[in-house]
Formats: sequence, structure tokens, C-alpha cells
Amino acid sequence: MTAVHLSEVSAGYRGRTVVSGVTLDVPTGAWLAIIGPNGAGKSTLLKAIAGLVPQATDVRVDDRPTRTLDPRERARLIGYAPQNPVMPDGLSVTDYVLLGRTPHLGLLAREGPRDLAIVHSVLDRLDLAELADRPLRTLSGGERQRTVLARVLAQQAGVLLLDEPTTGLDIGHAQSLLELVDRLRAEDGTTVISTLHDLTFAAQYCDRLVLLNAGTVVASGKPAEVLTPELLTEHYGATVEVLPTREGNLVVAPTRARPEH
Amino acid sequence: MLAVTIAALVAVVVGSTLLGAADLGVGRIIAEVWAQVTGGVSPLSETEAAILWQIRLPRVLLAGLVGAALAGSGAAFQGVFRNPLADPYLLGAAAGAGLGATIVVVAFPDAGAWAVNPIPIAAFLGALGGVALTWALGSSAGGGGTAILLLAGVAVASFLAAIQAFVQQLNTDTIKQVYTWMLGGLSTSGWREVLLTLPYIALAVVVLCLAARLLDVLSVGDEEASSLGLRPARVRMIVLLAASLATAAAVSVSGLIGFVGIVVPHVVRMLAGVSYRIVLPLSLLGGATFLVIADYVARTAFAPAEVPLGVITAFTGAPFFVLVLRRSREKLR
Repeated sequence: MTAVHLSEVSAGYRGRTVVSGVTLDVPTGAWLAIIGPNGAGKSTLLKAIAGLVPQATDVRVDDRPTRTLDPRERARLIGYAPQNPVMPDGLSVTDYVLLGRTPHLGLLAREGPRDLAIVHSVLDRLDLAELADRPLRTLSGGERQRTVLARVLAQQAGVLLLDEPTTGLDIGHAQSLLELVDRLRAEDGTTVISTLHDLTFAAQYCDRLVLLNAGTVVASGKPAEVLTPELLTEHYGATVEVLPTREGNLVVAPTRARPEH
Repeated sequence: MLAVTIAALVAVVVGSTLLGAADLGVGRIIAEVWAQVTGGVSPLSETEAAILWQIRLPRVLLAGLVGAALAGSGAAFQGVFRNPLADPYLLGAAAGAGLGATIVVVAFPDAGAWAVNPIPIAAFLGALGGVALTWALGSSAGGGGTAILLLAGVAVASFLAAIQAFVQQLNTDTIKQVYTWMLGGLSTSGWREVLLTLPYIALAVVVLCLAARLLDVLSVGDEEASSLGLRPARVRMIVLLAASLATAAAVSVSGLIGFVGIVVPHVVRMLAGVSYRIVLPLSLLGGATFLVIADYVARTAFAPAEVPLGVITAFTGAPFFVLVLRRSREKLR
């Protein structure tokens, strides 16, 4: 049971409020996407949920206000993968993924065989076992994203916060990463909250969307309710059509009047 | 790897105790040690025994302590600042120690002959003062971030170095004494210096080894480290405090020995990987081994004259470093 509840959350940096008055509910095992134009405050909202922005206010995970938790306790509940993770060059994949065990260890303790076993099983699940001893700098883009995901999974938190998990991936690698997240979510009952740039992916993988503009929620609901040409034109300044695919999914396609020349 | 390094350190300590400028004879030293253990008759004269027990042995041990302190602190500083060029003198420890030593030398030109030499104590306090000043400046300017702390260190170091140069310039008759101290060396060391530095360096060794894993966590940046349940500012403070204590203790008895703090951790990284769980213990051991060898060269190469230890470390360390650098680049290709 790891439902996430935000009520009237405001967050920002150094007295500048970036996100305000956000109220939303994410039930256990759901996947919520935070969408919105550049600079809308998507990443800030995600960091506020992770407890990484000082002004973050009332966020509850399983009815426990995260503000009152100490950092290690919070890290056992919430895993966070940033958009541009820092990946120390020479560290091996295994050592990097082991960092995810930090909140489960005593402050000065070392990882034990149990931690190593958890890391190995995570690497197996994400098809990274063969890369276990490779230094991080030798990984491709897709392998790097999976490795970051592995570190967050090793945290064994009930809530995964993923900031643009498909950054830098081509369409095939992006798809397989999202499929992977969806499979993990189904198997573990993990609650996923992610920001997503690609609206078609958001429509196809997430049960609920929240559209953010200028730091406030302007629309939320099922993909079909949020991804309407009218809302997208209003908040993105885009001209799009929202089309159904043969499988009944939605595709957000940019459109253009034929040039006259 | 760890076992090999420990064996190397033991071998080097034993070797450099057996050999020295005064040729006591390896067999006779072993016989002396045997005599001490069993209560038998030693082949050494009283003077020779004093050279061995009161001069050579404490000096070898002190070289090991100083080398461990500098290399371990260097590795820790590089971890905290996520900067390969960080060294233990970065936060004003060297400049502060230099100023402290200079003030004592200038104020009491005959201090070297006192029953308790005040120069190490002044250097120790100066080093801690320099770091404290940097810390105060850094946290008042910007909440404990590493970049601000680094810049504060640069400002404090040049400020203190300027005062030191000014004081020295007003008292040019003591320049030689100050200069000799700054070049670094262990020529005046005895058991008192070993006992003076041991508690600080031992404390730092324990803290740094325990915190090695936390340095790995810090290497992914403050934000991600926080998301893993760490308080980055607090970890930084504890690690820097321990490393600075060790550095101050080392500087106080050895002057300014460059190079060890940067090169030893990097050699370790190239040979054994970048996880601080390996880098820290190996740097401590490697630094100790390196400085024991360097000090052996310093006291024997031009005996009875001494070569400044800082000169030896750079002179022998730099080519070795280039060698390792080339080898590890070939390996990457």
C-alpha cells in the first residue's frame, strides 16, 4: 500500500515559488504522468514529492506526511531518478546499483550478502547482469537509463519518481524502457509518478495525467480527458490532432497547414 | 590488493629501519631486537642503540603516519569536492600552518632549542585556524555548497599566505629557518612528534574508513544523495573535519609536503578502481609506504646532508605518476 496524496503543495527555490496549490491523489499501483510545457514546474513538482525541495509542503505517502520523516525513512518509501543523473565515470554497474541500498543500511554500515543478492536480482530483471562489472562510462544511453532505474529499484521503495526517464533515448529504446517500468509496476504493485515530454507515450502508458502550466494544475484526469486539441493548443501553443490507433490508444500528432509555395 | 599493500608497507617499514645513513649492520640490528625481546646481550653500542630506537624508528613511523594522513585526506577531499585536483591543503591548512610557523620563528628565533619545540604546535593551530576560517566564510556566504567552500579556501589561503609573506619580509634574518620548515622534512622528529600526531591521525583513519561508503554516495551529487537518505552537508562536514585534523597534525611535524595527497589517491584509482571503499584504505596504506620510501631517500641519498622531503616526493613521484598514467591510458584504448 503506497498511495501518494498531495494537498495544496507549493514548492520552489530560494523564496521563488515555482509550483503552487497542487492537489492530487495517486492510488497504489497507478502510473501518473506530469505533463506540461517547458518551465511549467514538472521537475520541481517531482522533487517536491521526493522531498528534495525545501519549501515542499503537505505530501503524504500512505497517510504519512513525508515532511516529518527523517531522510532515510523517506528514502525507503520513495525512490527518485533525476532527468540527468550524475554517473561517476569509473564506478562499476554493480557498485552504482548498490548505492540504492543506502537507506536500508546503518549510517556507517557496509552492504551485506543480502544487499548484494537484491542488487543481483534487480540486475537480472533489467537484463543488466552481463554488464554488472562494466564501468559506467562504457554504457550506451539505453543501458545508462536502465542502470539508473536499477539503482532506484534496489531502493525497494513503494513509490518511483522518474524525471523524464526516456531522455536521450530513441523511440525503440524509449518504448522498451517504458514497457519495463510498466511490467515492474504490475509485478510489484509500485506506484509510479513520472514527468514525460512525449504526450503519446504519456497517453499510452499512464492511467492518469496532470497537465501543469505556470506552476498550477490546469487539467487532470484520464489521458483522453487531458489530451484534447483545445487544452494542448491553449497551454502548449501547439496545433495538434489527437488520433486513435487501431489498438484504441491515443496518438498526439502535430499538424501543419500545407505550405502554399 | 589490500593484502599486497599491507605487505608492502610492512616490508618498507622494516627495510628502512634496518638501513640508514649510519650503517648499523642489518644482522646486528636483528640481534639487537632479539636481545630486547629475550633480555640478552646486544651487539650495538649505546650510541648505536639510541640512533636505532630514538632517531630512526620514530622517524620511519612518523613518515608512515604523515604519508597516510596526507594521502587519505587527499582522497577524502577529492571525494567531498568531486574534484580530482583537490588536495588536503585546499581549505587553507597549508597557508595557516605556514603563518603559524612563521610567527613563532620570527617571535622566538631560538625556539628550536626549547625543551618543547613550539613550531609544530603553532603550525597545527594555524592549520586548524585556516580551515575554520574557510568554513566560516563558506557557510556564511552560501549554505555549505562545495563550490563556495572551494572558493573560500582559495581566498583564505592567499590571504594567509600574504600575511605570512609580509611577516617574513619584515624579518628577513629568519627566512632560511622558515623556508627549511616549508620545504618539508622529518629530520627533527622523535617519539614526541609520533605521540603528538598519532591520536589525530588515528581518529581520522577510523572516521574516513567508516565514511568511505558515504563518499561513494556523495559522488552522485547532493540531490541524488539526499534522495538516497543522506544529509550531504553533514557528511561533508564530518569527513572534512576528520581529514583536516589529520592534515593539520601531519603538517605540524613535517612542514609542507606536496604531491602525496594528490598523486597517491590517483595512482590507487588507476590501479584498483574508483569506489572509495577501496580508494580510501589503499590511499592510507599507499601514502604511508610512499613517504617511508621517500624519507629513506631523503636521509640517505646525500648523507650526511638531508634532501628536503617535499623535493623527494615530487622528484620521485612525478615520473612514477606519468608512468602509471600512460599505462592506464593504454589499457583504456
